[in-house]
Amino acid sequence: MEASLRLAHLYPKLMNLYGDRGNILCLRRRCQQRGIALTVDDLELGETLDPNAYDLIFIGGAQDREQRRVAEDLLGTKAEALHRAVAEGVVLLAVCGGYQLLGRYYRPAAGEELAGVGIFDAWTEHPGPGVKRFIGNVVVRWQGGTLVGFENHGGRTYLGPGARPLATVISGFGNNGRDGSEGAMQGENAFGTYLHGSLLPKNSRFADHLIAQALKRRHNEVALSPLDDALEERAHAEALGLAKKKLVFLRR
Amino acid sequence: MSAVSSLRTAAAVTTAKVTAVVSRRLGFGGGTALPGLVADAVSPGLAIRLAARLGHGSVLITGTNGKTTTARLVRNIAQAAGYWPVHNHSGSNLMRGLTACLVEATDARGQLPEPERRLGVFEVDEATLPEAAEALSPRIVAFTNLFRDQLDRYGEVDSVAAVWRQALATLPSSITVVLNADDPSVAGLADVCRGPVLFYAVNDASCAVYEIEHAADARWCPACGREYSYSAVFYGHVGHWVCPGCGRARPAADVQATRVKQGPDHLLRLALSTPSGELDLSLPLIGLYNAYNALAAVGVGLALGVPADAIRTGVASFTAAFGRQERMTVRGREVQTILAKNPAGLNQVLRAISAEEGTKNLLFLLNDDIADGRDISWIWDVDFEMLAGQATLVLASGRRAADMALRLKYADIGAHPVIEEDTESALEMALALTPEGERLYVIPTYTAMLRVRRLLARWGRRPPFWKED
Repeated sequence: MEASLRLAHLYPKLMNLYGDRGNILCLRRRCQQRGIALTVDDLELGETLDPNAYDLIFIGGAQDREQRRVAEDLLGTKAEALHRAVAEGVVLLAVCGGYQLLGRYYRPAAGEELAGVGIFDAWTEHPGPGVKRFIGNVVVRWQGGTLVGFENHGGRTYLGPGARPLATVISGFGNNGRDGSEGAMQGENAFGTYLHGSLLPKNSRFADHLIAQALKRRHNEVALSPLDDALEERAHAEALGLAKKKLVFLRR
Repeated sequence: MSAVSSLRTAAAVTTAKVTAVVSRRLGFGGGTALPGLVADAVSPGLAIRLAARLGHGSVLITGTNGKTTTARLVRNIAQAAGYWPVHNHSGSNLMRGLTACLVEATDARGQLPEPERRLGVFEVDEATLPEAAEALSPRIVAFTNLFRDQLDRYGEVDSVAAVWRQALATLPSSITVVLNADDPSVAGLADVCRGPVLFYAVNDASCAVYEIEHAADARWCPACGREYSYSAVFYGHVGHWVCPGCGRARPAADVQATRVKQGPDHLLRLALSTPSGELDLSLPLIGLYNAYNALAAVGVGLALGVPADAIRTGVASFTAAFGRQERMTVRGREVQTILAKNPAGLNQVLRAISAEEGTKNLLFLLNDDIADGRDISWIWDVDFEMLAGQATLVLASGRRAADMALRLKYADIGAHPVIEEDTESALEMALALTPEGERLYVIPTYTAMLRVRRLLARWGRRPPFWKED
């Protein structure tokens, strides 16, 4: 396959809290092994996003202080381009803090509400400093299989009618710990999730889903040759096993 | 002290001492924390009363990485200077561990032998610092560095820094604070210190790396928000930094390493320039991060008023602590165990191993117990890639063995890492697969290290960790 893809990594220096880099390493490797040339551009504060230049866009999570600066920059320099890119089918993956900032707004435990970019019809509210964070291993059902990861967030995210959940929670908290939803999908190509761990390396089916979608749009090709995923599957199974142990324990 | 409270102190000490013995006998562990909990239940505030008897007061050492090694070096320096240190050598560094350590130093009647010679040398958990500083009224507080570590447990790096600033702002102005000038998060603590500050730093540009690692955490000036600019980066965000926005910059250091050299003999050689003159030191450790630990310890020594000769003697008597690069021979293989529990620490360990000569046999153990941090995402922030193609044998073990193996596969360290979840079987396999006469590096997270140490103690006939000095 003689194909090439281009990925915009938004704020890799600021939004890199929980091994988010693993997602980029994963996309790079899975493309490379199939002869797909993946170019990654890092876009930091103040840098504009060319909505026509990219096939994939990724944004990770950060601490509160950094998140505030990113929120401002997103609205100031990248929001319009992000909307155009998503409308034109560019594949977007937003994890944790990035997912929150691409919703309609984020209301922190203290301080001013942060306006979001509004890619996802979703909003996030922090219930207050005394309320427990959602921390732990997560297993969710996605497209007839599972996704595994780790979540760590104080904010509770709720979806409006324009978005639909990415997955349903089997074990863990997900968006808000109440309605069993995890993450969000806006249209077919924008994905938001709380799962890190890193997410993509041990959820190779999801990684390939993103690559295939980007390829189809750019090159009208969807056939991805299979890779040796024995280790990936073992890590996935190991995470499932840990969650299962916890479920058995809770049932007792 | 009133007769009643004195009696109560004695009762608490006795109960705690019995608890320690019972805990060890029953195989619960080293009895390095439980006695502290028990003693505090019998007599609340026991630590405060016991610490008040230390004739020379206490030194507290905190930070993300390097606490155990730094405290151990300070202990040796203090000994060489004639002090009789009370030191939480087991690494039990929460309040209960400090209490247990003070209890252990007293006799059955609750008396501290030779109190006039006593100096407390305590490594303290980052989040425990405010409580420890209040209870122990230290005369010196030293900080090593600040990196992301167990985010699910400590919260974000910013909140740890905020806790430290708050604690420092309330300390009396008689306290000396020893700070790492090269770590902007630590150097910045000087703003809130009310008393004297002593800075230490590395001043040998030949140790610099070319770019900032992925594990860097303090990249932006908290005052003006601009990104720091570096003329030299040593590791993580540690280096020669300056803010191009507001001009905040690395402060001039009182204690500097003007030359850092890793010898082929496993010795780290340092040339130090200090207010008490030049000091040449060598340590049986690898890695630049240990140069910083030595600098912090020398800084504490100088703040204590220890003469240069005694500092030299103290450092020369240093041996590595359990799990911190201690080397031992097991079944004809040299085994070196190096604890690594966060991205910055593991990067430093990998860099040090990578600089070593000879073939590399590696056993990584990744656990996700509470003491390790439940979240293992951090392994993706580690630059394992620097060891690509260097290892002849790679094993992954621990509760998250497969996650570790996958990360190693991505880094092309071992094409087919051996995966064995069980620690004992993995260690057995690693020893069997390491050719006789070669070195095996064992790199565990915290709880895995405790288990490795127990096994190696049995196989290599080392004393259990609570007995080791």
